[in-house]
Amino acid sequence: MTARAWTIIGCFAVLALLFMLPEVLRPYYLALVTKMLIFALFAMSLDLLLGYTGLASLGHAAYFGVAAYTIALLIVRAGVDSGLAFPVALVAAAATGALFAPLALRARGSYFLMITFALAQVVWSVAFGWRSLTNGDDGIPDVVRPDFGWSLDSTTSFYYFVLAIVGLATLLLVAIVGSPFGRALRGIRESESRMQALGYNVWRYQYVAFVLAAAFAGIAGALYAYYNRFVGPEYLYVVQSAEALIMVILGGAGTLIGPAIGAGLIVFLEDFVSSMTAHWVLVLGIIYVLVTLFAPRGLIGLVDQLRQRRVKP
Amino acid sequence: MTALAVENVSKNFGGVSALANISLNVSRGERRILLGPNGAGKTTLFHTISGAVTPSGGRITLFGIDITRLRPDRRARLGLARTFQITNLFPRLTVLDSMLLALGGASGHSLQLIGSPSGYRSEYDKAHQLLEQWDLVGTARRVVRTLSYGEQRQLEIALALAGQPRLLLLDEPTAGLSPAETRRVVSMVHALPRDMTILMIEHDMDVAFELADRIAVMHQGRLIAEGDQAAIRANKQVTDIYLGAD
Repeated sequence: MTARAWTIIGCFAVLALLFMLPEVLRPYYLALVTKMLIFALFAMSLDLLLGYTGLASLGHAAYFGVAAYTIALLIVRAGVDSGLAFPVALVAAAATGALFAPLALRARGSYFLMITFALAQVVWSVAFGWRSLTNGDDGIPDVVRPDFGWSLDSTTSFYYFVLAIVGLATLLLVAIVGSPFGRALRGIRESESRMQALGYNVWRYQYVAFVLAAAFAGIAGALYAYYNRFVGPEYLYVVQSAEALIMVILGGAGTLIGPAIGAGLIVFLEDFVSSMTAHWVLVLGIIYVLVTLFAPRGLIGLVDQLRQRRVKP
Repeated sequence: MTALAVENVSKNFGGVSALANISLNVSRGERRILLGPNGAGKTTLFHTISGAVTPSGGRITLFGIDITRLRPDRRARLGLARTFQITNLFPRLTVLDSMLLALGGASGHSLQLIGSPSGYRSEYDKAHQLLEQWDLVGTARRVVRTLSYGEQRQLEIALALAGQPRLLLLDEPTAGLSPAETRRVVSMVHALPRDMTILMIEHDMDVAFELADRIAVMHQGRLIAEGDQAAIRANKQVTDIYLGAD
């Protein structure tokens, strides 16, 4: 059978498994899988920049957090319907990306990383400091979940809601990555000067990729606000941005499945480690060091290596 | 008709003058070779023409259009294509993807986020056809960094030609190639349509004299001689500084 056929069978198997999970998992673990799905989308959105376009951002939490705060503020402070707040949050995240991209895209490499980091910290300090609006580090509770005629308050129904949204977003990402636009992003990652010489307006492509990545991060952020029924400044904090980077690198940048797997693993480990010790960030650091030492291309790269070794004895 | 006009172009890097008042006219369909020892400013001149470097002074026109301060991609859209002295490809993409990118850059419609499959089909066919033409079709599914150096140089030229440029800049296309591979590149250039204007930096004297209609010689950022083969061979200054070793 061809590799393509196996991929399709694999996708259906995973989908079937995801559909049946509520039957077999206790609510606590079903909620954990819901969180995994949300962060899988967050990590994939970052990979659009890091793995496909070659721009390493350390400020991706900004767009995640802006969407989450938009949801919370609209629902709690303005009394807007929860379902209606979702598209507004998406637009807010994309707009933030559209605003920040021209600033960040003036630099490359580690300078790009520092600017994206600084911009995200600005948003964080607003959320942290503007107590009258955001409650500062107390965060905003009572974020109600949307109700489209059926309630999303149960763990199972919310899980299916997240599965549907993340599934749709993933399909879109797959289409984008496979389009001529996606190919141009990979070309820019490989050589900006060559792409310019071929007639590509490199900046415009990077800009669109940046805004798209922000928008998809916004979907994840909005879902996470519903998930916790709460938002706090830690959504916007550098640890959140760094965690997303590690998810992408651990799974394998430049693929969509890699970051999704990386996100699942990190979310699971965080839950597992946090039940034993308060030093989760320390463990995260150790994971990062181990990955860069032993699997610089991530788990996907490791699998590729093993497969090639088997083919060529 | 003038394809490329370089008028009094200069470029200073700090206090160092890399180009000093260079003027150069290349007419349409002409094959012009740029000769000169290392550090003469040939590649810097290429960079000012392709847009990678902005000149400190002077003016450059391409088919009558002033391109002195135009972005590189805008120049490419006007029909200018170039290869790089140090191979500049997409190391982790396949040869086929590279060719599709080259075609997309020329057509300019690849900002489409989700394309139609039928559009893909015709692009694939065209990419295959071009790879066949340049003898690279056997490598289509291979990742570029696994190609031999000779194949990579060939791909450089093939990518530059995908958009059917009106002016082609070749920066030492035969550097580091074996004699057989050099022959192949020479015949590739020979096979190009005669109305395509070519400006080429070349160190191999045999290649230069075989391909050139006219030759320009640079030395220490200045243009010191211009003319056909016989004139260049007879030029005392040129033989002193460049051919003297022969």
